[in-house]
Parts: sequence; C-alpha cells; structure tokens
Amino acid sequence: MNLQSDDFELFGLARRFAQERSAIDARWKELQREAHPDKFAAQGAAAQRVAMQWSVRINEAYQRLKDPMRRAAYLCELHAAPINAEDNTAMPTAFLMQQMEWREALEDARAESELDTLDDAVAQARSAALAQCEQLIDQQQDYAGAARQVRALMFIARFADDIERRREQLGQ
Amino acid sequence: MALLQISEPGQSPDPHQRRIAVGIDLGTTHSLVAAVRNGVAECLPDAQGRVLLPSVVRYLENGGRQIGYDAVAAQAQDARNTIASAKRFMGRGLKDVAEAGKLPYDFVVAADSDEGGMVSLATVDGNKSPVEVSAEILATLRYRAEDTFNDDLYGAVITVPAYFDDAQRQATKDAARLAGINLLRLINEPTAAAIAYGLDNASEGVYAVYDLGGGTFDISILRLTQGVFEVISTGGDSALGGDDYDAALADWVLHQLGLRATTAADKSAVRMAARACKEALTATDLAAFSALLSSAEARFDVKRSDFEAITADLTARSMAAVRRALRDAHLARDEVQGVVMVGGSTRMPQVQRAVEEFFGKPPLTNLNPDEVVALGAAIQANQLAGNNTSGDLLLLDVIPLSLGIETMGGLVERIVARNETIPTAKAQDFTTYKDGQTALAIHVVQGERDLVQDCRSLARFELRGIPPMAAGAARIRVTFTVDADGLLSVSAKEQGSGVEARIDVKPSYGLSDDQIARMLQDGFATAAQDMKARAVVEARVDADRMLIATQSALDADGDVLSPKERAAIDALMVALRHQRDADDAAVIEAATDALAKGTEGFAAQRMNRGIQQALAGKNVASL
Repeated sequence: MNLQSDDFELFGLARRFAQERSAIDARWKELQREAHPDKFAAQGAAAQRVAMQWSVRINEAYQRLKDPMRRAAYLCELHAAPINAEDNTAMPTAFLMQQMEWREALEDARAESELDTLDDAVAQARSAALAQCEQLIDQQQDYAGAARQVRALMFIARFADDIERRREQLGQ
Repeated sequence: MALLQISEPGQSPDPHQRRIAVGIDLGTTHSLVAAVRNGVAECLPDAQGRVLLPSVVRYLENGGRQIGYDAVAAQAQDARNTIASAKRFMGRGLKDVAEAGKLPYDFVVAADSDEGGMVSLATVDGNKSPVEVSAEILATLRYRAEDTFNDDLYGAVITVPAYFDDAQRQATKDAARLAGINLLRLINEPTAAAIAYGLDNASEGVYAVYDLGGGTFDISILRLTQGVFEVISTGGDSALGGDDYDAALADWVLHQLGLRATTAADKSAVRMAARACKEALTATDLAAFSALLSSAEARFDVKRSDFEAITADLTARSMAAVRRALRDAHLARDEVQGVVMVGGSTRMPQVQRAVEEFFGKPPLTNLNPDEVVALGAAIQANQLAGNNTSGDLLLLDVIPLSLGIETMGGLVERIVARNETIPTAKAQDFTTYKDGQTALAIHVVQGERDLVQDCRSLARFELRGIPPMAAGAARIRVTFTVDADGLLSVSAKEQGSGVEARIDVKPSYGLSDDQIARMLQDGFATAAQDMKARAVVEARVDADRMLIATQSALDADGDVLSPKERAAIDALMVALRHQRDADDAAVIEAATDALAKGTEGFAAQRMNRGIQQALAGKNVASL
C-alpha cells in the first residue's frame, strides 16, 4: 500500500459498489488514527509533512467512498468509463421532462410542506438510480451504463441543493 | 527536528523530560491558560489566584504596557489607549468592524493595500495591530505558565472560534509567533470544549456545542466515539457575542434617557455599565444601569424582560446558525444526545431557554463555561507534546467556510466545500492565455456566495517562473492544501516540464512576513538581552535533540540509505557536533537546519515505511 493505491485498496475494501457505510466510517477513523499529523506533532516538520500527505489522501478516499454517487463515479473511472459530465449533457427525454416538472413545482412552492413532497420525490429517484448503479456495476459490469446513471444522479443532487436553498429562503 | 522517533507503545520518548505544554483560550473578553498536571487538566492561576486574564492591554507613553486587570482599571480614564476585544479586529478590515464609531478607539488603515488591509489602532505608543495586542496577552499567559512550572514552555495549543476564516486563524498564529510561543496546533473552541466535556463524562454519540463568547458565536455538531472527536458540521457568526448584547442594552438605555456617548471615555463608560447591568440581570429581574458621563449621569432601572426583548434578534441569529448546522449534518434535532454550553454569555437565561426549547432538553452546564475550552486545549497540548503517548485522542475537524477562486466575470469556483474534514487538498489545472506567459494570478476567497464581491478575499497568489509556451499549452496544476489548523497554502507545478512555480502571497487582511519580522525586531514583549541568551540555550537543546533523533533513526532504519546518502548525513552530524558549542544561536541553528534538510528525504522514507506498516497491519488485523 502506498499513496498511489486506489481508494478501495487503501481502505481494504472489495472493489464493488455495495458497501456498508458503518464499515467505511470505522475504517476511516482507524486509518486516521495511524496517519494523522497530530500523531507526529512532536517529531518535526518533515514528519508532519509526510503525515499530512497520508492524512489528506485518506480523507480524499473517504469523501469518495462514503458518498454512493461519487463511489459509483469512481468505479466507472477505474474501469475506463469516465463520467465527463461537461461533455455528456444529453439525457433521456423522460428524465428531462421529470426535471422540468420538478423545477416548476419548486418555483411554485410557497410552503415547507410542498418542499417536503418534492424532497420525497427526489429521494425516491435517487434511490432508484443508486439501485441501478449497483445492478450495473456489481452484477453486469456495465460501467458505461452506470456512468449514465451517475450523470442522472448529478442532476438529482443539484436539484436537491436547490430545494435546500429554497428552504433556507422560506425558513428565515 | 526532522526525524521520526519511535518508542515502545505507551512509553514517552524520555520519561524524565516531560514537556511543558499548555492550552490557551484567547478570548474576546477573557483569556486563560491550562495544563495537565498529574493527569488532570486545570487552569493556571496568576499570583493573586485568578485564572481569568481580561483580554485588555493598555499602552503607556513610555513604551510600557499594562495587561489584564490593571488595564481594565484604567479603561474609563484612558479608553483610547486601552484596547479591549482585540480579537474582534483580528484579520479584519475597517469596513468589517461593526459600528467602529461607537468604540473608543482610533482605527487606522494601511494605505498600501488594495483591500485596506487589517486595521490597526492608534495609541500613545504608536499604531498597534490587533495581532500585537493579542501577542501581549499570549506572552502574559506564557510567563504565567513558565512561572508555574519554573521551566520553559515547550509549546501551546491555542483555540480559535470554529467559524474563524483563514485570515483570522493566520492572525492568531502570527500572534503566537510574536509572543515566542511554539504553536502546536490551532484548534476550534467548540471542539476543545467537547474534548473536556466528552472525556470527563465518557460520552458517546452526537453532541452539539453551543458556544457564545464575548465576541464570537460557534455551533458545532460532533460525533464522539472511543476517543475520536469527529466534527460533522459547524457554523456560527464570528461577529456575534456578549459584546453585542452589551451594545444593544447601552443603545437602548441611552435612547430612553435621550443621552449620547460621544467621547472615548463616555463610550467606554456606557459599555462597562451595560455589561455590569447584563450580568446582574442573570440572577435578578431588575438591575440598575449606571454610568457617569461627561455631560450627565446615566441611570436607569432595566427589567430583565426589557433586556430580553431588545436582544431577542441576537439570540435568534444564533439559533438560525444552529438550524443550518443541523441541516448540514443531515441530522434531526432529536438525534442530538446532549447540548454543551460554552462561553460566559451562555449564562444569560434567555439563551439557555432558547437552546432548551429548540433541542427539547436542558443544556449541559456541569463544566464551568469559562474554563472548559482552555481545559480541552490543555488535554490536546499534552498529547501533542508527546507526554501521553498512550492517549488515543483523535480530532477530526472540518473547514467552516468554503474556499474558492475568482473566475471570469467575478464568479467564484468552489475548490473546497465547507464542512469537509481537514487536512484536505484539492488540485486544479490552469493554463495560460497568451503566448510566452510566465506568470499567473489567483485570487482566493472564502464564503458560500456565488459572487466574489460577496465572499471574503483571503489572498492573491502570483505564480511565477512558468516556462514560456504557446497560449493554452502550459498545464499548471495548482494544489490548495488546508492543514489541520485550518490554514490554506498553495503550491503550483507545470505538468509538462515539472517546473515548480514560485508563489508570492499577498494576504488581503494579514501581516506580511516583513511586518512580522519588524515587530519581532522591536524586541516585542521580551527584553532583548534575555532573548539572546535564551536563544543560544534553545538552539543547543534543538541541536542535541536533532543529533539524538538522527542517531536513533540511523540505528533503526539506516538500511534504506545508500552508502553515499549515509556519508552525507554523517558529515552533517559531525558539523553540527562541532558547531553546537558556538555562542551564536544563528550558527547553531544553521547547522541544525542543514542536518534537518539533509535528512528530510530519509525522514520521509522512514515515515512512509512506518505509516504503511501501521496501515497494512490494520487491514490484516480486520480481515
């Protein structure tokens, strides 16, 4: 294992989409316990620098592994199916129609309860896309197909942020 | 010292050489110093038995200073030269200082900076940066610790509000440097409080720390598991605290009486009267506001209900930050197991009530809210100094505000998102837009808004030394690193040629290296003679430590070195042994630095080997 190891290797996890979140969390803390710069605080600047590189690397891997969308994107990239979200904006018509419906509903929302309804719809769409990712990656090894699901998930995540922002506007 | 010392598990490297390490809570109104003694963290009192040091510095005409209670006593009579609440001006420009006109100070702004730079205060002893004022307070606490232990201080952990931005953190670090303190770590106040609280109560689970101090407000949501203090989210307002409650009360009373405070002495007198009245209202329903102004006596009986009404929006502001922090943590309020109250301002009944109503449970107040931050910092300092190698305390803190860079049209491109665990690093590729371009400017800002003008300018980084190429051909990878103190650094490399770009940093609200060097030269806070003798002793101690560490590293892991590498290190050790008896600290330090530099590669190899083994061991053990 070294600084160039991939996230799964670093965390000692199988290279698949399905993961236990609690296991990732526990491993993250175990690894930080060994490598965090605080552990080497009394040992000078060079030791601090090396420890920080490791600690940064562990945090980077943790950020990717714990978030199912980023984990799926990472697996696609590891298998030569990059997401390239900027170049691949073409989405299925049905998906775009649903996005437009959501956007309209968000613009019209005046009460917290309406936002809650939208939140539920978004959460459902997210779960469905993640289930697809698991199927495509772990069962079918169809990484190009999974990359399409990841692009959909990115749209969904952006919309969820917009709901949050709207909630802040209404709430304060 | 560049080398890793590995000792038996549970043993300190040298049991006889306990290092004096303290935690310092550098507060807006009060500061404290604490240390672990006989396994217990406790605040260190001054000669009169007082643990609190008022964060007030008075500058005198002859270059002398009064610090703490002596300065407080002179506040009314010499308001302009008696600086209180300097923390609120750290890393801040003049336009950031709310209601500067109501403060009894002469603010001055450096003329040579685009953003106006950090404010200074004009005193009879010249212009003083808030960093210098803070350094006086830190130095006073350092002497208190050194007197207590009759030994030199090895280092300190200093606490900052979690919501402090990069400029405010850097200013605090600079103040430590001016005070001659080896800063082991900056840690966030709520996190420090959680350490003291969590370890005291053997708590596990999700806790909120509500920290309302004299000038700042923080809310942190933490998960405590087996010695790991993981901050999930943090929020706050670095300009909301007890001072604002005082100001609101003073304004209201003056308005009721149709009076105005115009002179520095009057402004100072109404502030102090408001604070006394506020504190009295904690225990009673009615208290007198009484201040002697130059024109008249201001006397008014204040009902607690009136005080609560005029400050309700301040309390509401803090609760809005609490809601946002919970949202960021993706937690519901009933998932929070307990709420720890920190900071003297949480004594106000309306604050306790607001917190209790929101979380649906009474807040925890069993530790002294004034002391808990310093105690937690002391526990962390003790561990960082290597006094407690069996300790398994681990802090995983987050960056409070997103970091971004300015792009076309004054828009912000986010580089590091708020609430990401630190340390963290992000790389971004840039290219040139003109043929033969050799320099590139990057403007780094901090904040959550989309426009540069709505965020806080941190610094402008100028990359120089890019090899000349056709426009768009250079690929410059810029790496933004946020260390465990929450401080940003930037490095850059041209990918094709591997050339490291040189980086000049222009902090928007900070001190330049030159300014700090000048302040250090001014014989800051210490007699120059003293410093020289002390420097030689310290340099020798460092040299010896370096030699011992290098020798033991060679004994343990010399096998990774080629004969040539080994010979180079041996030569540097001989040179250092020869120089250590010199009477000039600079000569000794130069030889020590040479050895440190010469062993850096070796140290890195050893560290990597050590960490790799430790991490691999973890994997085997858990498979």
